[in-house]
Amino acid sequence: MSPLLLPLLVPFIAALCCTLFSKSLKVQRSISLIAAVFHLAASFNLLQNVRSEGIQVYLNGGWAANIGIALVADLFSSIMLVITGLISLVVLIYSLKEMSDKLQSRAYFPLFNFLMMGVNGSFVTGDIFNLYVWFEVMLLSSFILLAMGKKPDQLEGAIKYVTINLFSSILFLSGAAIIYAKTGSLNMADIAMRIAESSDEKLLNSTAILFLSSFGIKSALFPMFLWLPASYHTPPVSISSLFAGLLTKVGIYAMIRTFTLIFPLNNGLLQEFFYVIAILTMVVGVLCAASQFEIRKILSVHIVSQIGYMILGLALFTPLGIAGAIFYLLHNIIVKTNLFLFSGVILRKKGSCDLKKIGGLYKVNPGFATLFALSAFALAGVPPLSGFWAKFVVLKAAADAHEYLLLGSGLAVGVVTLFSMTKIWAEAFWKKQPEEYPGVGEDTGNQPWQIMLPIVFLTICTFALGIWGELIFNICVEAAEQLLNPTEYINAVMGEAK
Amino acid sequence: MFLLLSVALIFMAAFATPAIARFIPHKQRFLFALVPATSFALICSKASDIAQGLAISEDYTWIPAFDINLNFRLDGLSFLMALLITGIGALILTYASGYLKGYEANTRFYTIIQIFMAAMLGLVLSDNLIAMFIFWELTTVSSFLLVGFNHENPDARKKALQALIVTAGGGLAMFAGILLLGNVAGTYQVSELITHAEMIKNHKLYEAIVILICLGAFTKSAQFPFHFWLPNAMAAPTPVSAYLHSATMVKAGVFLLARLTPVLGGTSFWLHLLVYVGGFTMILAASLGLIYRDLKKILAYSTLSVLGIITLLIGMGTEFSFKAAIMMLFAHALYKATLFMVAGSIDHETGTRDITRLRGLRKVMPWTFAAAGLAALSQAGFPPFTGFLAKEYFYGSALDHNMKILLISSAFISSMFLFVLAFKIGFHPFLGRENKKIHAHEAPPTMLIGPVTLGLLSLLFGLFPGPIAKYILSPALASFNTTFHPVKLKLWHGVNTALILSLITLTCGFGLYKLRKKIRQNATGVDDKLNIQFDQSFANGLESFIKFAKWSTKLIQSGSLRSYMIITISAFAGLLLYILLYVGGMPEFYKFSHVKPITLAFLVALAIVTIVACTTLSRMTALLSLGVIGFGITLIYMMYGAPDLAFTQILVETLTVVMFMVVIHKLPRFKDFSTRRKKAFDAIFASIVGMTVTFLVIKAQNLSSKNPVSQIYAETSYLEAHGRNVVNVILVDFRAFDTFGEIVVLSIAGLGVSLLMRNNKKEDTE
Repeated sequence: MSPLLLPLLVPFIAALCCTLFSKSLKVQRSISLIAAVFHLAASFNLLQNVRSEGIQVYLNGGWAANIGIALVADLFSSIMLVITGLISLVVLIYSLKEMSDKLQSRAYFPLFNFLMMGVNGSFVTGDIFNLYVWFEVMLLSSFILLAMGKKPDQLEGAIKYVTINLFSSILFLSGAAIIYAKTGSLNMADIAMRIAESSDEKLLNSTAILFLSSFGIKSALFPMFLWLPASYHTPPVSISSLFAGLLTKVGIYAMIRTFTLIFPLNNGLLQEFFYVIAILTMVVGVLCAASQFEIRKILSVHIVSQIGYMILGLALFTPLGIAGAIFYLLHNIIVKTNLFLFSGVILRKKGSCDLKKIGGLYKVNPGFATLFALSAFALAGVPPLSGFWAKFVVLKAAADAHEYLLLGSGLAVGVVTLFSMTKIWAEAFWKKQPEEYPGVGEDTGNQPWQIMLPIVFLTICTFALGIWGELIFNICVEAAEQLLNPTEYINAVMGEAK
Repeated sequence: MFLLLSVALIFMAAFATPAIARFIPHKQRFLFALVPATSFALICSKASDIAQGLAISEDYTWIPAFDINLNFRLDGLSFLMALLITGIGALILTYASGYLKGYEANTRFYTIIQIFMAAMLGLVLSDNLIAMFIFWELTTVSSFLLVGFNHENPDARKKALQALIVTAGGGLAMFAGILLLGNVAGTYQVSELITHAEMIKNHKLYEAIVILICLGAFTKSAQFPFHFWLPNAMAAPTPVSAYLHSATMVKAGVFLLARLTPVLGGTSFWLHLLVYVGGFTMILAASLGLIYRDLKKILAYSTLSVLGIITLLIGMGTEFSFKAAIMMLFAHALYKATLFMVAGSIDHETGTRDITRLRGLRKVMPWTFAAAGLAALSQAGFPPFTGFLAKEYFYGSALDHNMKILLISSAFISSMFLFVLAFKIGFHPFLGRENKKIHAHEAPPTMLIGPVTLGLLSLLFGLFPGPIAKYILSPALASFNTTFHPVKLKLWHGVNTALILSLITLTCGFGLYKLRKKIRQNATGVDDKLNIQFDQSFANGLESFIKFAKWSTKLIQSGSLRSYMIITISAFAGLLLYILLYVGGMPEFYKFSHVKPITLAFLVALAIVTIVACTTLSRMTALLSLGVIGFGITLIYMMYGAPDLAFTQILVETLTVVMFMVVIHKLPRFKDFSTRRKKAFDAIFASIVGMTVTFLVIKAQNLSSKNPVSQIYAETSYLEAHGRNVVNVILVDFRAFDTFGEIVVLSIAGLGVSLLMRNNKKEDTE
């Protein structure tokens, strides 16, 4: 079997098995854990293959790429698969203790695996309509995961989430339809080839807008990010962490894929749109975060502002910029997931994530506080942690491109991010527990290993990515070069068709 | 290896501290001082090379892709700084072991301050600007943690945050400057940048680079108008104030200016920027210091003033002024660390830092007094102390400069004020009658070693300036000039203008000191006003920023789904319209004149039904209208020759309508909550968006692709896939993956529905 199928089939089979054994949580847990480990291993294997043998293609049913559906893994996809595998495993372990048995029994494990299937599918598909299908898989499973607690705020958040995201689906579908009408193909490599042959810029621009808007909603760009702060803080923390780590990033993935392969950004107007959107996303996101006082809300809105940096990297459309965007993506997935995991511990300890109602975490638990500080400072881009390098690369790319406005806004947003993170630090960790709100958490003692292991592991990743980031960064550069020279991709996919 | 070692040693010690500390009782924690002392010794071992004007380099590749490497470089300037960091560091750690004895968070203190120490050492040794910036940020963060050391005190938290925001903000500006500099010159290595100095100075970005880098230096070294954070940082425990906020960290800013002088200096832009900012800071801070009663506040302001002097001297840009800057930096580190430790001891042993309550301590604290006296005489500029030498050079270089009058007068004023500040700390608390209300005793030996040693050094190096000239001044001067030549340092230059000025300063200073009480009394209120004003404006700035953030958040994040949809949709439609209107590509309508009348009638009918569906208050009517629209679409499929699609559509529509019917027939009618205005808005909004999309669709209509896949499907479906029905073949063979995905979607939906039903029943029975 092609290694490309594993990222799809492993979670699919796991989801089916979990549905079959819906009576036994124990079985479901083991199945999901095994699947997650296998998923990670398969992704690593695929990455190795791609690095040694070049882009991997699997043609479904043996049909030529433009007739059937091709699964494609280039460096960028396989990097994303690996990080997804990592995060899914880590969050899964965390959720075993963080989520109550009652919640877990509400089809959590099947949905979790279906979600992973959708995410992976989006990364490996080489077909634009097939991408839409995986987006639907993701949307529906994430919608149910959001709503499954059935608390009023969760339902409200889920409704906003699904409504706005359905609009995104409509746009995506229309875009795919118009592209098909224009090129007569749905395979992305084929489309790219056909568009390159006959470039009708006017049409391209307006079609590109459909994709930009659709993926813009998915990846929470300004001003289409509003579903995110409305929903991300409501579900159980494990689910928030998973979403925060992965979902918007799939949007970014699709964005980078589309705007390097199909609509390369070396076209003046679109690039300017991206510049403006990048700046506004960074600035507005960080402003919205500065005004929040609930840890999970602060973290949610910060996702938006950091997405801005990734779009900035893409918008620059230089190898360094795109490599920076990918590196930023990796860093952000790790750190953001971890910060959400922290918020779960705080919630367990204090019964609240409202900064006005909690405090004193540093004194009681300095080790935990230090871990948090590392991740928070990493998010704020303090050297030598991962966030600094991510920001450095993107901003250096901006400076190299002489885009000083982008450089300046990126830096200014950094200061505000630092402010937000120190706000959490000062209020939740340094401040004494306010007397009018005695902590109401159930357990103040040591956390079980299922909770702490993921946190410690991800913190080590952050630190390692900072100090020995070069290895990862070099892969990002290779991936970026691959993205910017789509011929390699097109040849790999279409080669057999010719 | 030894430069890396001297930095890494301290880092490792810092990380090991939490583990080791539990085995070291509080009394013996002065042992931590061994770590910086070792680094000190390591660095001292290179003194003879340094004295010959050599620089020692060690390169370790880190991220060569970006030209970011650990290039440690020990030259005269970094040698001086490294000695101060490790030497004073060792003394401070010894001192802290006495000062913090019994503090519960003692271990944390040692960890953080050692991280700071290592970072600071890395900062001064880095030749690579990016690596330097990394260490720079580390010092900022560790300073934040140390200022907020008493973190349960809201005031300490506030001030820590203030220091962090100001210095980190400046740091990021500096980072931008470094990036630009790197772009212009193609390297981040200072030693290579120097060779491109002319090109950089003529580049159109030169001014921007200078301003950005100076923002970093000025915030770190607390130059006006960023000076306010430093006095506030005195919320830190005194050993921290002595070490970070006088002897080392705040010098990072002036160090950077000195470091980059050969690269950026020598232009009139540089000269004026540094001279005016530094000069203004030095006078403002020295005069503000006069009105305070808190020992640490007075010290903080005099530190500010000296930092201003050093900035000014670097800006002046003559060899004379560079010498003065080096001497000033050196002398200040010695006496200011001493005075801070003295202030800490007084606070520790008497419980107050208020100079109106402190007097006559000389009998109970003789050793502390001795150290204080020596340091104060040095700050005041009495011969033969090092402070005197520094001041002589200060006057000398001012006399030498073409901005003579301005420089001399401001030098005179600030020196005189510094004299008063020195005496207020060094003599006032010890002389006079004893205050019976205060029960003091001498500080423990650990808290005496530091101040007494440094106080004596202030005197010794003044008396015997030879080694200073050889090991410190000449090599450090080479860092400014890029060429090395030995210089001499003498205590006695004969009677010259500088000496006369010095004597006048001392006399006037003494006179002013006698009036200190009056000044303070007359100025009470001024201090609060001034200090509070800056504090307040920072706080106001922060507050209005948050207000603005809240306002803008409210503006877009109203919480209502309707407005979210409006924003999202208008973003999309706006972009699309912009493209259509400004870039062109509006479809040409004349081609549609051949639309059949029946189609047209049909469309009108559909439109009417759509309007009914939107406006009716009955759910049933709305549902039926939707059904009609669905069947209408079916007819369109029929008309354009897609009967299979039409059949599917009919089935789907019928099922949907029937199923919906079952669900909603019991629900009440819609309530009409919307105002007329809202409705009108929605109608117009929807029409615009609808029209925009229609344009796009019409445009796409004009397209015909050359050989679409559908053609291939038709050709291959029977021959290769052995299926007569193309649609079926597409669904189960060509594009089976899509079908697979859609089945998954349906299963998830089924799962969701069953979840909803099952739990509802359960929860009802529970």
